[in-house]
Amino acid sequence: MDLTLLMYLVPSLIMFGCGVYGFLTRKNMIAIMISLELMLNSVDINFVVFNRYLFPLSNEGMFFTLFAIAIAAAETALALAIIINVFRALKNVDITEINKLKF
Amino acid sequence: MPLNLSIAVVAIPLFMFFFLGLAGVKMSRKLTGVLGVLGMLVTTVLAYGVAFTYFFGTGDGQVTAEGVRQAVIVWNPDWLAFTPTLVARMGIALDPIAAMMLVVITTISLMVHLYSLGYMSDHHGNPEKGFQRFYADLALFTFSMLGLVVATNLFQIFIFFEMVGVSSYLLIGFYFHSPAAIHASKKAFIVTRLADLFFLLGIMILSYYTGTFDFFNQNGMVGMTDSMDAAKAAIGSAGAQTFMGCSVMAWALTFIFIGGAGKSAMYPLHIWLPDAMEGPTPVSALIHAATMVVAGVFLVARLFPLYVIEQGAMDIICVVGAFTAFYAAAIACVQSDIKRALAFSTISQIAFMMTSLAVSSADNGLIEIHEGYGLGYMASMFHLFTHAMFKALLFLCAGAIIHAVHSNENKDMHGLHKYMPITSFAFLIGCLAIAGIPPFAGFWSKDEILVACYEKGLGWGLWMSAVAGMTAFYMFRIYFLIFHWKEHKVHTEHKPADQVWTMTLPLIILSVVSIVAGFVPMHDLVTWDGKELHTQLNWVVAGSSVAIACVGIGLAYVMYFKENPLPSKMKNSMNGLWTAAYHRFYMDELYQFITHKVIFKAICVPIAWFDRKFIDGFMNMLADVTNRAAYGVRRMQSGSIQSYVYVYIMGALLIAVVSIVCVLM
Repeated sequence: MDLTLLMYLVPSLIMFGCGVYGFLTRKNMIAIMISLELMLNSVDINFVVFNRYLFPLSNEGMFFTLFAIAIAAAETALALAIIINVFRALKNVDITEINKLKF
Repeated sequence: MPLNLSIAVVAIPLFMFFFLGLAGVKMSRKLTGVLGVLGMLVTTVLAYGVAFTYFFGTGDGQVTAEGVRQAVIVWNPDWLAFTPTLVARMGIALDPIAAMMLVVITTISLMVHLYSLGYMSDHHGNPEKGFQRFYADLALFTFSMLGLVVATNLFQIFIFFEMVGVSSYLLIGFYFHSPAAIHASKKAFIVTRLADLFFLLGIMILSYYTGTFDFFNQNGMVGMTDSMDAAKAAIGSAGAQTFMGCSVMAWALTFIFIGGAGKSAMYPLHIWLPDAMEGPTPVSALIHAATMVVAGVFLVARLFPLYVIEQGAMDIICVVGAFTAFYAAAIACVQSDIKRALAFSTISQIAFMMTSLAVSSADNGLIEIHEGYGLGYMASMFHLFTHAMFKALLFLCAGAIIHAVHSNENKDMHGLHKYMPITSFAFLIGCLAIAGIPPFAGFWSKDEILVACYEKGLGWGLWMSAVAGMTAFYMFRIYFLIFHWKEHKVHTEHKPADQVWTMTLPLIILSVVSIVAGFVPMHDLVTWDGKELHTQLNWVVAGSSVAIACVGIGLAYVMYFKENPLPSKMKNSMNGLWTAAYHRFYMDELYQFITHKVIFKAICVPIAWFDRKFIDGFMNMLADVTNRAAYGVRRMQSGSIQSYVYVYIMGALLIAVVSIVCVLM
């Protein structure tokens, strides 16, 4: 059986859905960040898959993915640093409790 | 003495004001008072010198040319240039009335300064607070009044008009811890300020049509008739313009007269003057008897060349003056507070001056100078001069009496002749002078006024003669009630007596002046066109006015010399009239009614309601709606990323569904 485009896109969609769901429902900042990573990775998969199936002669999709992974890593590091600092200051990473800067 | 010294005459009181006002608190009370008196003495000597040089100077100082006394502009720098031609200047001009007023103001002011050394030194046995402030304010007033009379233009006269108003306000409210004094000072300020609004309107109209504020031409010495030519030209050009049936010039001059009427307490703007008696008595003598209250007369006299052309404005002044003279005299007949009675007497006498000015233009619609023309003007200025002297004398006597018995009411006085002989004689001289008994000062000036009135018409003359008779009656009523009537009830703690020499000396000096002031050859010195006026005593008028005055005095003698039931019988027989006159014909109540019931209740309250409900309400509604909207919208901007994303995703899904549905259909 040949692997079709759809076979890649469906798991990617499920992954994205999981990411959205996690992003909306989790209260823990770390969990929210993981959900964010899930969404990002599903988009990466889409990039690669569309490049592979629709434009096999070019490599832009691959490059973009590599870029995205690198930037995502940097951004994750930054986000983790923020979360750790928030935790140090407030002893808490629950997003509903952290509203000191609101209003 | 060079006329330039008139600058010093005006400058010294100003300097004394700043000096005593700023350094006074550091000095002892006595030093302040003595310095104030000395400063005033120097001013007085200089003013006398300037006036003497102006009137009698020969050689370089001579100001007459071809028998006409010229106005001299001593100093006149530009101050505010509105347009190249319309310039407000600040300067000093001397003409007969200015020179005469310099003498009057400085004399009375010096007497009052001296008198206050005694009068203000104690207040019911305690040292008077604010002694230094009192002298500073006196100096300020003297400066303002001097600046007013030497003004070279309308703009300057207006500024000094306001300044005398302010100093009057400060001095009436000198006892600022007493509510009555505060009310009186506010009332005086507001009423005169209201009148000054009309004055300002008049100045604007007049300066718009004539293109100048100046009284005199700028080319050094000019005849006063020159300013009249300019006025004639101006009226000629503006004469075609009419507003509500009267020429604009008539409106302007009437408005200016209203300003003067406010200061000079003409009916119906007189209500502030009786209340102003709440101030210290020397202040009443200086400001509210002799100087400031004649500012209105002075103003009309200053603009006399314009008024003679405008018969309509003159008629208004004439009617107002004649009515006020009678009205105030009627009230003065029944007042029990001696200062108030004197205040109404002042109003009546100033009305005499106003009427005299106004009858001056008798039977001439055109500018035609005939013999006797301008007699009223001279008589008015003459009466201003003599009245200042004897009315200041009467007020200072009243102050001495009040100081002795600690009351303003004549029921607390009675029979003081035995205890205060000097004051009694001084008061008697003042009364004889105001009643018009020869040879006292009032006779000569009042006689001229009556002659001028008879020239205008028999009715005017008879009316004013009758008022002169009332004057004699009420003045002697006051005199007899204070000094005779019955034995004085002596309180054991202190007996009333003549006061200290600082208070008695001014009385003696002013008594002498009141006797001799009538012999000043005023008709040679102070005339409206600067020429000598040939007058002679009109024996018919003089004889009849003396007879009327004697009848008035006789009536007062019968009723008030010895205690008797006649006055109370009179009072009961015409109770309504007596009560009405005692309550000043309810003018104050009328004002109270108009301001409170009509203006406040019927106009201000609805306006305030409209303002609060509609204007403020609309603005508040806008603010309220914005506030509420913001409060509602606030919840949307929660700062919670999760809810933003939720809304975003839901929106995106909705759009997706809609577009799919659209594509499928």
